[in-house]
Amino acid sequence: MNNILQEIEQPKTNAQEGVLTMNALESEAIYIFREVVAQFERPVLLFSGGKDSITLVRLAQKAFWPAKIPFPLMHIDTGHNFPETIAFRDKLVEELGVELIVRNVQDAINQGKVIEETGKYASRNMLQTTTLLDAIEEFKFDACIGGARRDEEKARAKERVFSVRDDFGQWDEKNQRPELFDLLNGKIDLGQNVRVFPISNWTELDVWSYIESEEIEIPSIYFAHQRSVFLRDGLIWSAEDEVVFRAEDEVVEERIVRFRTVGDMSCTAAVESNADTIQKVVAEIRDSKISERGARIDDKRSEAAMEKRKQQGYF
Amino acid sequence: MDVLKIATAGSVDDGKSTLIGRLLYDTKSLTDDKLEAIKKSSEKKGYDYLDFSLATDGLVAEREQGITIDVAHIYFSTPRKSYIIADTPGHIEYTRNMVTGASTSQVALILIDARKGVIEQTYRHFFINNLLRIKEVIVVVNKMDLVDYAEEVFEDIKANFEKLNTNSTYDEQNVSYVPVSALNGDNVANKSEAMSWYDGETVLERLEKIDSVTSNDIDFVRFPIQSVIRPKTEQFHDFRGFTGKIYGGSLKIGDEITVLPSLTKSKIKEIYFYDKVFDRASPGSSVTITLEDEVNVTRGDMLVKNDQLPIVNKEISATVCWMDNKQLRAGSKYFVQHNTNRVLSKISAVKNTITTDFSGSRPSEGKLDLNEIGEIDIKLSKPIFYDSFVANKANGSFILIDEQTNATAGVGFIN
Repeated sequence: MNNILQEIEQPKTNAQEGVLTMNALESEAIYIFREVVAQFERPVLLFSGGKDSITLVRLAQKAFWPAKIPFPLMHIDTGHNFPETIAFRDKLVEELGVELIVRNVQDAINQGKVIEETGKYASRNMLQTTTLLDAIEEFKFDACIGGARRDEEKARAKERVFSVRDDFGQWDEKNQRPELFDLLNGKIDLGQNVRVFPISNWTELDVWSYIESEEIEIPSIYFAHQRSVFLRDGLIWSAEDEVVFRAEDEVVEERIVRFRTVGDMSCTAAVESNADTIQKVVAEIRDSKISERGARIDDKRSEAAMEKRKQQGYF
Repeated sequence: MDVLKIATAGSVDDGKSTLIGRLLYDTKSLTDDKLEAIKKSSEKKGYDYLDFSLATDGLVAEREQGITIDVAHIYFSTPRKSYIIADTPGHIEYTRNMVTGASTSQVALILIDARKGVIEQTYRHFFINNLLRIKEVIVVVNKMDLVDYAEEVFEDIKANFEKLNTNSTYDEQNVSYVPVSALNGDNVANKSEAMSWYDGETVLERLEKIDSVTSNDIDFVRFPIQSVIRPKTEQFHDFRGFTGKIYGGSLKIGDEITVLPSLTKSKIKEIYFYDKVFDRASPGSSVTITLEDEVNVTRGDMLVKNDQLPIVNKEISATVCWMDNKQLRAGSKYFVQHNTNRVLSKISAVKNTITTDFSGSRPSEGKLDLNEIGEIDIKLSKPIFYDSFVANKANGSFILIDEQTNATAGVGFIN
């Protein structure tokens, strides 16, 4: 019966003579997942199809095995997704046998709740907030689990693991609950909800190393491929989809690129790379001189761009 | 990879942010675009050096006021280890932030301005590290460049700190001293040429040698139950797994255990991590355990070894750090969250207020204000199973949750 592991090759989990000493970050994330399910009635995992939310799904599988993941996944679809991401999402959900909820930013635009941005830097990233808050209200979710990490951006560096939002989804950064030891306080009033960040303490490299050691499948656009692109402001943009605004004088060329983050296509730039395997991607990240969000134009609007979005209820 | 958590406390003046920025820079953890942003911002402010504090002070208010007002988490790594810094302000009105940052850290960096020496703030930082029982303390004497890198200055400060250390009630604590110029990078990651008289470790060398697993907990295992897993599928029809994180010691298959509070006895049948069974699991692991017998176990219960029972009581005495604007008053009600238990309780007495400079305590007048530390008695509506904080950090600490606002109002360390 005892299938004792003598040797685990994964660098993050050590097994010596059947002794488990777990990767501290993985253990922390699993602990957080279990607290969410114990402390809340209607949790949901916010799934974007990106590597961080895919990592969350694996951690949730581990936290509740041999039971199924005990909450649905929800995708706030900007309508500007890479087609590879959507195909990947649908396959994953089918394999897991969990419920997938999709809510579309396009619906909010059609209803006149939000107005589409126009121009060179137009993006639907900001517009997601309205759709997300509507969906939280529709399903009465009290905990939304997300893949945000503190190393991503300086306003996120102050984010709590259980981050309380008011009825309007607002983040009150000056009045956050202190989090001590492993003690997570999930007590909220009706109408409030909590954003939960199980991989708060992971870095981009931690996530990639985990994907490598766990052999987690991720969408193909994370790996080097040939793509029609154009250059703007020193960043490489996909020319293969019409949602990415391209001026007439911006010349299309073929390059070998990959994406480091997979967000709204209109604000996610590619990087030049030959990393076509997970091992090569990990090596590339290890030596990288540019931060992950360096290729996210939405953070460059001002020094406080992220903090402002978060106060308004952005993920 | 090994993860080491570090607590820092200090004000903007003593160069804490600069030290952190320097650690990031010297370990090549600052990417080009972040460095570029720092350069731009430094130039805009008219500095002729790189203001590394811009890499760490996250919120708009902090940038405006030039201070750090919350706990910020900063990440850097070396080929050997990943580091997480919990960066907090050093002023007395941020005591709660310092306590929060220290609660999850294994190492504390205490910064001293070489020109000022040991000051009131130093006392407070060290006191908190003592209270939270942080095993490794590195005293960083910064701004050595402003005192001509003089050895006597460093030795004087070291002697003064050692005097302070005689107040410590925590004998196992390791204190080390490093003379540094964070601005110029002396003894942060690279050995200082200007201070050839110093033959000790740099800050980074010291950090690299610290073992993140070492703890002060006595070897009594505590397994608070987070949830019960019953898949009810055909394949796992009778599976009843108890999930939780292991504290204090290891658990192994065959261990004879007692369930608290029922005092039912059983044996560990399997220890699962995901779909694999392990013989033994170490502290810190989040696992799923099955038992030989069908016993009633729910969230809030705890598994311990038969000969290592914790204290079971409805009345506890604790040292608390108060974190809420609303005063703590004797007679008021709060939820005590202890491990996975949440129990309504009444504050039966606020006995004293402890000064954070090792000078002792004064009468409390039955209340504690925000950022004050004091000793209290609590009466719980049902018993909890606990150890003293000194014996087991996880099983000897709790938070107090305000009944009305749900705020985390305070943290307690059981005496």
